[in-house]
Amino acid sequence: MGKVIIDRAIVDNQWQRLEGDALDAELPGGKIIVPLAYWQAHRDALLSRGDVAVWLAPGEEPKDLEDDLGTLPLVAIHFPAFKDGRGYSYARELRTRYHFKGEVRATGDVLRDQLFYMTRCGFNAFEVREDRSIEEALESLKDFSVTYQGDVNEPRPLYRRS
Amino acid sequence: MYVYQEYDQRLLEERVAQYRDQTRRFLANELSEDEFLALRLQNGLYIQRYAPMLRISVPYGLLASRQLRRLAHIVRTYDKGFCHVSTRQNIQLNWPCVEEVPDILAELADVQMHAIQTSGNCIRNITTDELAGVNPKEIEDPRPWCEIIRQWSTFNPEFAYLPRKFKIAVNAVPDADPALIGVHDIGVQIVHNASGETGFQVWAGGGLGRTPMTGAVIGEFVPWQDLLAYLESILRVYNKYGNRDNKYKARIKILVKALGAEKYRELVEQEFAELKGGEMTLTSEEVARIKGCFTAPDYQNQNTADLESKLAENKAFSRWYHTNTRAHKQHGYRAVTLTLKRTGRVPGDISDEQLEAVADLADQYSFGELRNSHQQNMVLSDVAANDLYDLWKALDGLGFATPNLGLLTDIVACPGGDLCALANAKSIPIAESIQRRFDDVDYVHDLGPLDLNISGCMNACGHHHIGHIGILGVDKKGKEFYQVTLGGRGDKLSRVGEKMGPSFESDEITDVVEKIIKLYVEKRLENEPFIDTYERIGMDPFKERIYG
Repeated sequence: MGKVIIDRAIVDNQWQRLEGDALDAELPGGKIIVPLAYWQAHRDALLSRGDVAVWLAPGEEPKDLEDDLGTLPLVAIHFPAFKDGRGYSYARELRTRYHFKGEVRATGDVLRDQLFYMTRCGFNAFEVREDRSIEEALESLKDFSVTYQGDVNEPRPLYRRS
Repeated sequence: MYVYQEYDQRLLEERVAQYRDQTRRFLANELSEDEFLALRLQNGLYIQRYAPMLRISVPYGLLASRQLRRLAHIVRTYDKGFCHVSTRQNIQLNWPCVEEVPDILAELADVQMHAIQTSGNCIRNITTDELAGVNPKEIEDPRPWCEIIRQWSTFNPEFAYLPRKFKIAVNAVPDADPALIGVHDIGVQIVHNASGETGFQVWAGGGLGRTPMTGAVIGEFVPWQDLLAYLESILRVYNKYGNRDNKYKARIKILVKALGAEKYRELVEQEFAELKGGEMTLTSEEVARIKGCFTAPDYQNQNTADLESKLAENKAFSRWYHTNTRAHKQHGYRAVTLTLKRTGRVPGDISDEQLEAVADLADQYSFGELRNSHQQNMVLSDVAANDLYDLWKALDGLGFATPNLGLLTDIVACPGGDLCALANAKSIPIAESIQRRFDDVDYVHDLGPLDLNISGCMNACGHHHIGHIGILGVDKKGKEFYQVTLGGRGDKLSRVGEKMGPSFESDEITDVVEKIIKLYVEKRLENEPFIDTYERIGMDPFKERIYG
């Protein structure tokens, strides 16, 4: 198991994200993150199994999971490419529209230069791309001490805070 | 102008440190080309044909004299001694080197300047009327609203990786469009309702580039308190549903067109329902605080008798006065345009020494401030009547008093194929050739108001679509050709020009422009400007003359 940043700490990754062929065979044991379509097709079985989370690809919105957000422990938002910014709006919606309290995890092309923005949009967990330093990525969360706008963690804009 | 607080300054310094580290990692091969591309673009750095280009942000075009002096120092130290005023009121350096950009940013941060979000798929510089705050026709000063939008858009975490670039402009003049809001991704028109309260008519989906179109009204009257919540709603819909597969179909205009304005409005209203009344709601205290940064300077009563006599006795001064200076809210003051369009000069270029000279003139005659215009000129906005003659003399010495504002030779042109890697064709030599052909100042004045715009490619940085005469560089089997459009306008409400027909070779284009002008002169009614003649007689006579 690799490492993951959760709530600003580097910890062992207990979740395994599944896609493609891995879903055709028998599912592995332990905590797994399945694609939205797979979840929708096998919802009852997966719910009874427990230890299951769902990941959203770009184009799959939180509203597709609306009925399950009360029970899911984790929703992952996948970035096939870091430049696809839809996931920022999805994370924000999970937190501010659906008031999702579980883990919101960024997976895929997750790089340090985007982490600060991601945190502000409601992500609290990051699977940093394997060829990059997760320690440096964690450090990048300290890049800025000033934010003009409100965000998921601090809804007030700067001028309302003091 | 907006005065930085401690936190604004700290934010810039943190940004410089972040970008310095990103550059270091790129040079150490810890960042791929593609990863660095997105980062450097969000910082205005393009890799151009011969060297990188760095676009420096000038929020709504406003500059202080000390910033001009710092720019002079920067272009002298890090570039070849000149810079370029862009059609979005920014400043561009054409020859910096990648390694030195962090140092340039540090120099800029010292004077409260930066290059944040001047490129890339994010919210770009907020632009407005270059006469903002002094324009007698505006219903209120748009600059405080620009600044409020600037702060909301700066490092907005949700909208840093949009499908495509995103440009917002604000206009406060009714029945005219000096900020070109009709061709922006979002156009904000300041309006007052029957009770005199400020609100905004919000347009979305305009833009030039490959598929030029004017925007549609999405919000008919957005109360001022809701401005940011409403903009955020428009952006969120775009971020989720804008096309990300094809960059030529990724601008918001394509989405608004595909969904229809009605449907887009419906989606925006859904988002807005959630945000309305929340923490994004602007407070009167905050608006008052920002407005407090844009108070009128210390105007004095002016006796204009001296000016009247100078105008009567000096024909050249009088011509410059009537062409290059414009009416002002304050009696006894004028807004003076420095035309950066003398023949033989690249439109919009200015040297380090000239920047310093202009900074001195701003201090001496215009309360230390200056504006960039989207026509690539500069404006001293608050000049007392009795100073105009001396200022004119000084500007004449600098080559900035060419009396051609708004006339044929006040050509808007992108850097084009001489510098830009995106360009299909050169634009600067075309501009020069046209200026040389029309070197008779009396004739150019007789032609009256005429916008001629040149872009070196589809990206339309020279705004050719909204030129009364637009020239677009195209590539045909490796050869440079030029396509002509007529009837565009960015003076009243924006309108996209119509293609005249097959394109021309570079040595034909000046003759074509001359034929167009000659036909206009034959057909015009008394005092009828080019654009009105065109709208009256239509394209056909021009086509016949050129291709017949």
